[in-house]
Amino acid sequence: MSKISVTDLNFYYGKAQALYNISIEIPEREVVAFIGPSGCGKSTFLRTLNRMNDTIPLTRAEGKVLIDGEDIYRPNTDVVKLRRRVGMVFQKSNPFPKSIFENVAYGIRINRIHSDKADLNGRVEKALRDAALWEEVKDRLQSSAFGLSGGQQQRLCIARALAVQPEVVLMDEPASALDPSATQKIEELVVQLKQQYTIVIVTHNMQQAARVSDRTAFFMLGKLIEYNPTQKMFTNPDEQLTEDYITGRFG
Amino acid sequence: MDSRRIVNSIATITTAVAAFAVVGVLVIILSYISYQGVSSLSWQFLVETPKPVGEGGGIGNAIVGSLIMLGLASLLGVPIGVAVGTYLSEMGDGWFGTTVRFVADTLIGVPSIVFGVFIYALVVLQQGYFSTLAGSLALALIMIPIITRTTEEMTKLVPKTMREGALALGAPQWRVTLDIVLPAALSGIATGVMLAVARVLGETAPLLFTAFGSRFYNIYLDEPMASLTVQIYNYAISPFDEWHDKAWAATMVLVGMILLINITMRYVTRKRY
Repeated sequence: MSKISVTDLNFYYGKAQALYNISIEIPEREVVAFIGPSGCGKSTFLRTLNRMNDTIPLTRAEGKVLIDGEDIYRPNTDVVKLRRRVGMVFQKSNPFPKSIFENVAYGIRINRIHSDKADLNGRVEKALRDAALWEEVKDRLQSSAFGLSGGQQQRLCIARALAVQPEVVLMDEPASALDPSATQKIEELVVQLKQQYTIVIVTHNMQQAARVSDRTAFFMLGKLIEYNPTQKMFTNPDEQLTEDYITGRFG
Repeated sequence: MDSRRIVNSIATITTAVAAFAVVGVLVIILSYISYQGVSSLSWQFLVETPKPVGEGGGIGNAIVGSLIMLGLASLLGVPIGVAVGTYLSEMGDGWFGTTVRFVADTLIGVPSIVFGVFIYALVVLQQGYFSTLAGSLALALIMIPIITRTTEEMTKLVPKTMREGALALGAPQWRVTLDIVLPAALSGIATGVMLAVARVLGETAPLLFTAFGSRFYNIYLDEPMASLTVQIYNYAISPFDEWHDKAWAATMVLVGMILLINITMRYVTRKRY
């Protein structure tokens, strides 16, 4: 069974329809990349998977989004619990105005995952290690998160998301504002995290999708045009549109 | 010089002159107050109660009265103002929020004497006596809309992405507001509180109808209470030069208090991260 299974999802911002009949299966512990031109709905779709779009007024979703077989759009779904299981990393790093330690500890604290102070420290350290940030910040855990560089801030946000032990991690163009070496670190991280998490990553960078993902989904104008193993997608796509986009004939 | 540079110099000079004019006026006011008031300033003046002309006397009870009423008004006004402001910013998109916002804006523009008369009718006439409590209530009413609107504006400045970051960790809305949004907006909210504090500490009219004034030290909520502003008023309208000097000195103390509270607030709510 797929980790995430979406059937005939339509999504509306007020009267404007943003997604049309999306159906997709995302297997557990794989990396799936969403590509497509700006405004094609890939970020909107990503945000339906943890119901982050609920925070935008007048939005509406129709269709089924199953995670582990449970429809997350059922009326009695606990959105808070859902978001703990489905973590998210945003395009622009968004650390809290707290210390580095407290940024990572926040999710652990509010979900009461830790047993005692030592356990909390251990979990924060593990999350920072998993996000490949520990060595750079271990001596200044109590200083402000805003003192970190852009790439470090983004890895801090990844650590923060990992600290609550989610099952799925959604990443919305996590490296779009970073320089090449910081981007490379994030990409290596994504590949490693695959062993423990199911990862969905939105990217504008075709090479990035090719490098990190097992499967790729190509969106255009709110429709899912093609969804295939990345290897096939980038060598021998089924659709002419996909080939045109990947080879840069439009975009 | 080309025209761009000329325009640039003119604009720079104009804004600089305007800035100096504003600061200059402030400096003139402060130095004139100090010049007129410093001769009457003494320890006795700061601790004694008012006495008849020629016998000395001071503003000790007025300082205590102002601080007590400011404290009570803040105790009531700050939590309510911050709560309403937070509501408006986080949940106030509907017709109810729009109405509350409109009412708050209107109340900010209402002359303070109206709040005094309102409390006079509602509390003083009902109870039959002027009181500290009535004075504090009038001041609290003046504080609430100011704090409400600044809190809303400052809280709205907290980036949406920061809220989403917390929501994405499984934080319920109320914790996002309490743990992330309010701390991030703290120094801005403090500015709003300071504006309100400075405003009510300088209010005279609403206190004339409510706390009335007193010649004695008082700590009771159900008795008339002295305040710096009313004491300044009494000293200033008298025909005696000695009392005029006392009015200047009391003004100096009032300005000093506002400055001190301002600096303390800034320090307590300074940005830590």
